Amino acid sequence: MFDRRLLLHFDWVLLGTICLVAALGILNLYSSTSTWEMGTPVYVKQSYWLCIGLVIALAVCTIDYRHLEYLGFIFYAVNLGLLLFVLLFGKTSMGATRWIDLGFFHLQPSEIMKLVIIITLARYFDERGQVHGHTLGDLKIPFLLLGAPALLIMKQPDLGTAMLVLFIGATMALFAGIRRGTLVLLSIAGGLAAFGGWFLLRDYQKERIRTFLDPERDPLGSGYHIIQSKIAVGSGGFFGKGFMKGTQSQLSFLPERHTDFAFSVFAEEWGFVGSLLLLLIYLFIVFWGIYIARRAADRFGMFLALGVVAMIFWHIVVNLGMVIGLLPVVGVPLPLFSYGGTSMVTTMIGTGLLLNVSMRRFMF
Amino acid sequence: MNVKSGWLDSTGLRKRFILLSLAAALVFALLLLRLWYLQVISAERYLALSEKNRIRHVAIAAPRGPVYDRNGELLVDNRPSFGISVLRQEVDDAADLLDRLADYLQVPREDLQKRWDAGLRFPAFRPMPLAEDISRDVLELVQENSVNLPGVLIEVRPLRSYPYAESAAHLFGYLGEITEAELQSKEFEGYRPGDFVGKSGLEKSLEPKLRGIAGQRRVEVDVRGKELRLLKIQDSVPGNKVYLTIDRKLQQATEAAFGETSGSAVVMDARTGAVLAMASLPSFNPALFARGISGEEWISLLQNPHHPLQNKSIKGQYPPASTFKIVTALAALKAGIANPGTTVNCNGSFSLGNRAFRCWKKHGHGRVDLKKALKESCDVWFYQVGLELGIDRLSQMALDLGLGETLGFPLEYEKSGLVPTRQWKKKRYGSRWYDGETVIASIGQGYVLTTPLQLATMMATVVNGGKVLRPQVVRRVESLGGELLGEVTPEVIKSTPLAAADLKVVLKALDAVVNEPGGTAWASRINEVHYGGKTGTAQVVRLKDDRDRKREAPYRFRDHGLFVGYAPVDDPQIVVAVVVEHGGGGGSAAAPVARKIIASYFGIEDPPVVSVPEESAEPVEGTEAEGGADSVDSAAPAVPAAQSLTPAEE
Repeated sequence: MFDRRLLLHFDWVLLGTICLVAALGILNLYSSTSTWEMGTPVYVKQSYWLCIGLVIALAVCTIDYRHLEYLGFIFYAVNLGLLLFVLLFGKTSMGATRWIDLGFFHLQPSEIMKLVIIITLARYFDERGQVHGHTLGDLKIPFLLLGAPALLIMKQPDLGTAMLVLFIGATMALFAGIRRGTLVLLSIAGGLAAFGGWFLLRDYQKERIRTFLDPERDPLGSGYHIIQSKIAVGSGGFFGKGFMKGTQSQLSFLPERHTDFAFSVFAEEWGFVGSLLLLLIYLFIVFWGIYIARRAADRFGMFLALGVVAMIFWHIVVNLGMVIGLLPVVGVPLPLFSYGGTSMVTTMIGTGLLLNVSMRRFMF
Repeated sequence: MNVKSGWLDSTGLRKRFILLSLAAALVFALLLLRLWYLQVISAERYLALSEKNRIRHVAIAAPRGPVYDRNGELLVDNRPSFGISVLRQEVDDAADLLDRLADYLQVPREDLQKRWDAGLRFPAFRPMPLAEDISRDVLELVQENSVNLPGVLIEVRPLRSYPYAESAAHLFGYLGEITEAELQSKEFEGYRPGDFVGKSGLEKSLEPKLRGIAGQRRVEVDVRGKELRLLKIQDSVPGNKVYLTIDRKLQQATEAAFGETSGSAVVMDARTGAVLAMASLPSFNPALFARGISGEEWISLLQNPHHPLQNKSIKGQYPPASTFKIVTALAALKAGIANPGTTVNCNGSFSLGNRAFRCWKKHGHGRVDLKKALKESCDVWFYQVGLELGIDRLSQMALDLGLGETLGFPLEYEKSGLVPTRQWKKKRYGSRWYDGETVIASIGQGYVLTTPLQLATMMATVVNGGKVLRPQVVRRVESLGGELLGEVTPEVIKSTPLAAADLKVVLKALDAVVNEPGGTAWASRINEVHYGGKTGTAQVVRLKDDRDRKREAPYRFRDHGLFVGYAPVDDPQIVVAVVVEHGGGGGSAAAPVARKIIASYFGIEDPPVVSVPEESAEPVEGTEAEGGADSVDSAAPAVPAAQSLTPAEE
């Protein structure tokens, strides 16, 4: 069953780049949490997660992604069920209900949903075949496929993940092609929905958006994160303060510095030069992902790869936009850089899918 | 490529891939642009902000300069004290913390709450003080329970200490936390909220000299305000040492001489004007202010009818009463109105027009010459001579002797007293001067007002033959290292020479007041040291019956007892002015106080008590009318009397 050609066509470039970023991330975590004394150091734990992630990525490689095409809808149905289950019986932590307690592991169906929606939409657009441009009527089904989980996730509430699911879906739909008139209509509808959505937001979510627009209105409260993150990034200057020498992070002025604001630590210590380098590597991953999509053996593989690229891309953009004060604080991690098992596993499954599509580009 | 080219190489798809890549690149470019803005264009600003986060400037309080007496005895010092402060960043539950602290510190919960609220105006990282000068026991209790008291700090601060407690408190004055208004003013540039500054007395007037220069520690802190590293330290420079002219022992003896009575005394070096003792009683303990006075303590001081906060030596204005006869006598001698042989027949009353002015001695002194008039304090002699002299020449002599003007004493709110003139009367009341007013002015009643400091200065001027010496209390200012920064030398304010013959006559009479039988202060003489002086009994309010003026009258209506004197008579070294508020007669209340002070100065232990002759036991001086009450009221207006009744705080 095992084809030698698979090994031959294995995408070492992608895996290497991914590992490079993950290594930088672990280095960065080493610096940002060096003053912490309790328990296993965060960078060690992140290393474990990286290993687990790599194993998962390789495992994902071994099964031909084309099996996912017919499994897609089953995944979708099961996951939607899980989201409903979470809403009814989920584990609550810090005001949000996002997890299912499996005893040894906290399952977060919203994270899985990002991947499932990629598979589902890839199958949908694959089956639609080559269309010159989708009309509003054509988009009914993807809209429903996207809307149901997004609403459930928003209800948890987890604005960041819900937005990401929508962004991923929108990117895929956009690539599949939408008629110009329909696009204009959708833009208007989206604008109105955003306006109306304001009233559906929870108070803390509204507060975050208000604070984003004017962080100084509560510099010690909800504006604190943005202000301190901007100070950290800006004070890094061109060349940075040096590894382990970032005062904002080392002296704990920067909150969440090992998770959502990990990039601020990096930017403070490595300066604009470091930020530029890291962004170029991320951009390279995105481009490489697009390249994989372009070379995919079939339309399903192409959409699958595009979906994964969109997921990684939007994570990067939303997270960076947040820590440098371009977007509100929504709690989206930076792939491979922020500490966290869930984010690492999701990213690595995505990487596995990319590798999968990439190595099977000559197989039919 | 081969098979798949069918669907992949369609131009539409290729275009989309290119667009997609461009869009991704564009978004990343946007992010980079923002990073460029933050990290290159605004880098300096954000670096400054991050430094501000990281580096804290902690002021090191400079110990205030110590104050010494003329012999180098320490009068005011600093001692280390322990205070409780709170870093409010670290407090999650303020109400709970204050509950616990109130329990440990044994203070009312509301007081702590007030301090907490007041502390909110400090910068967030600045520890806010909640309690000062806690006892060792409380300190230990707080230390033991520090785990339950997050954010609570124990701070060591230098606290002003006064080894002699209430002694000379008015001279030193007190400290208080700087007010918002003071912080805004130019005078207090460089001060910070929470600083203690001089609020009165020498602490206030010498504030720039005593203050010292605060030091600063630059420390690196983390987000919780925990100090991690000392970056730089600049030590504080302690305040300067101030040496006073005060003699600690004499000061204490002066205060002790008053016993339970209220009043004021000033002892001056007759040759230099250096103030050796300056007492104002009752006193207060300035230590209460050093640690922050409580509302209750403050109110009880303010409401005390004996005015413990007022420095009566410079702010209390009293009618000089018969002590003023020295001025009248000298003026009359100078003007040639009287000579030692001028005699007046005193039958106990003096008539002017349809009004009668009484002598304190009901049945009169008989034939009285200048010496007897001063010695026995005959009012009628002075009525007669004063009337002939006129107010102009009388006032001029008073001014020449240093009355009626502030003396430039280095304490705030020194009062000028009052020497009335025709012009003053016109301006103040819009009416002309009446002869009856001259008559009572010649015995130091009516409009005339003096402070104890002025009385002492007047006495010094007389023994110095007309040289008005500036009363001084600061002798020397030195840096802590001993470098001389300033020295005060004797200074003559003005000089109007007095004829030696006139002086001799008056001083001889003042000698007789104390040292000859029949003198009003004969009972207070000291055998070892002969001193001279003049008694006075200042009428506070006109009473119908003589009996009322004694013990039966309500306290606030009783007469003030006065004494001014110099010692020893043959070579005056010191002058003394004593006012015993509502103490009764000058001979019975004030002279005994002066006697104790003088005895102490000359090192005479417990001077033997001499039996009190009946006549001068309680001289009652003043004016009373036999008829026409209305006209008397105009002659002795109630205004100055009322002023002395409740000497006004500034």
